[in-house]
Amino acid sequence: MSFDFLSDKDRIFTNVYGFQPWNLKAAEARGDWDNTKDLIAWGQDKIIDEMKASGLRGRGGAGFPTGMKWSFMPKESKDGRPSFLVINADESEPGSCKDREILRHDPHKLIEGALIAGFAMRARAAYIYVRGEYIREAEVLQAAVDEAYEAGLIGKNASKSGYDFDVFVHRGAGAYICGEETAMIESLEGKKGQPRLKPPFPAGAGLYGCPTTVNNVESIAVVPTILRRGAAWFASFGRENNKGTKLFQISGHVDKPCVVEEAMSIPFRDLIEKHCGGIRGGWDNLLAVIPGGSSVPLVPAAQIMDAPMDFDGLKEVGSGLGTAAVIVMDKSTDIVQAISRLSYFYKHESCGQCTPCREGTGWMWRVMERMRTGDADISEIDTLYEVTKQVEGHTICALGDAAAWPIQGLIKHFRPEMERRIVEKQGGGLMEAAE
Amino acid sequence: MADAAHIPDEAETRARWGGFAFTDENLAKAKTFISRYPEGRQRSAVMPLLDLAQRQVGADTQTQGWLPVPVIEYVAAMLDMPYIRAYEVASFYTMYNLAPVGRFHVQVCGTTPCLLRGSDDVMAACANKGLVKGKTTPDGLFTLTEVECMGNCANAPMVQINDDNFEDLDYDITTRILEALAAGESPKAGTQIAGRHTSEPEGGPTSLKAMVDANHDYRGEW
Repeated sequence: MSFDFLSDKDRIFTNVYGFQPWNLKAAEARGDWDNTKDLIAWGQDKIIDEMKASGLRGRGGAGFPTGMKWSFMPKESKDGRPSFLVINADESEPGSCKDREILRHDPHKLIEGALIAGFAMRARAAYIYVRGEYIREAEVLQAAVDEAYEAGLIGKNASKSGYDFDVFVHRGAGAYICGEETAMIESLEGKKGQPRLKPPFPAGAGLYGCPTTVNNVESIAVVPTILRRGAAWFASFGRENNKGTKLFQISGHVDKPCVVEEAMSIPFRDLIEKHCGGIRGGWDNLLAVIPGGSSVPLVPAAQIMDAPMDFDGLKEVGSGLGTAAVIVMDKSTDIVQAISRLSYFYKHESCGQCTPCREGTGWMWRVMERMRTGDADISEIDTLYEVTKQVEGHTICALGDAAAWPIQGLIKHFRPEMERRIVEKQGGGLMEAAE
Repeated sequence: MADAAHIPDEAETRARWGGFAFTDENLAKAKTFISRYPEGRQRSAVMPLLDLAQRQVGADTQTQGWLPVPVIEYVAAMLDMPYIRAYEVASFYTMYNLAPVGRFHVQVCGTTPCLLRGSDDVMAACANKGLVKGKTTPDGLFTLTEVECMGNCANAPMVQINDDNFEDLDYDITTRILEALAAGESPKAGTQIAGRHTSEPEGGPTSLKAMVDANHDYRGEW
């Protein structure tokens, strides 16, 4: 059975490659800001119900149902505290490069989505937290926000809806951890970005102690189109529990790396053949794939080839969809180095708050480097695995888990390769090395 | 955690930067930043203000700027927050330079997606032009830093130089870009593959082809 590829008319991000201008006039001609007032007139409950019915799951990695997340926000403020929407544009997960395309090529989808989502959760303003390195992207977004204010689409009586709503751009300054929602809130408050203990959850006490929802850029930017075309349209793509369209980002050893919007659940092979010109050197040359950004475990070639690219399909092969950042590795890859480089990344990005992560990420990286060169004892593979288990689940945020999983995936699938290096380095047989 | 920067001698920096104040233009920008946050929450503006201050220091020194202690003190005072809280922010985020950098801050991404596509060659091209990781060239032109994933993975490998990204690099292209910058030219930013626009597959998009030449409205086909 061949996969039903997404057709252009069903793509949400029609200007994803930026062939056309991002500005308001061009965006309106593509269908953005088309009578937004009517959508707001649906009222909060209907918007949230429609989002729930669409099956949209958060596009930032965790995959939590977006409509349900919004419904956690208070319906009225009993103590006068306002509510906030924070939009996570701190795209920093290695392999991820989709929000960048929305920010610089389709910013009005995001701003319109911010208004509708903000209205649905009764927020008074949205803060869009853009990673500091996206300098040009933040410039475009700010210019688009200015355009929207000038046209009366946001601000007082936004889009003549009678609802007042502000949208602010806030730039980060180079810290992966700020993509974690409570670290992002800390950072927005002008502090170093260290995650908070939960509870309280942001929906109860988030930014400035006020009810807050943090959503990914893609999750918010798809909202206007979902409402215009209906939940049933969006839910017509992908398998049960994995609905919708999705921006995939394919990097590494394919012939033509790219960002592309496809239907959820597209088989890995079809995604690569249709949009990336195939695996470099052919399918026999495929070694392994990290299917959802650096934090998810790698999947060996044989298991990924025909796996459906969605939350459940990748869970079944011991990994995850994450941000749909697909890092492809062919047989020329030094797989231990590839994972060790990720260990270095997590060491560099650990915020230092929790001991298992602060100490563990550095320790794991140093051992991984010895594994790379084979300067280790075979028994240390088990020790390394044990340490990943000590880090995993013992930290405030998921960075510790994210540092542990790639190594666990490596040991699970490439243990013989790790042992081979150690034995080779020591110039003897396996028995000798084990002694 | 990132390694700590070597912070220059304070007496010297105080003599040079003790009188730092925003220019009129930057003061107006600073006020705009502060106005984005609720009253009493002006501290939220510490990040944009530190960035603005670093840029002003850069303009004053013909470099990419840095944050001498008196400059951080100035920002902290403006936001009515203790110096140490502002310093805490300046030292936590990697984009604030706590030591001077050159005119061009060459930030090569070395994380796995770039590594797989040849970031070692980009690094080698930098090295052969005399750039040393963590150091500024003697002529003050280039500072080289290896950075973590910059989010351009479908256009890897890449380097960010000042405010622009240069993508789809190899050894020769990187060399040419560095030479052009040293010669005072402004090489084209973005992808370096001829005919590639942004992140579509090389050779032309496999989807949304109607968008290439016209601002196509797909609503008629819904």
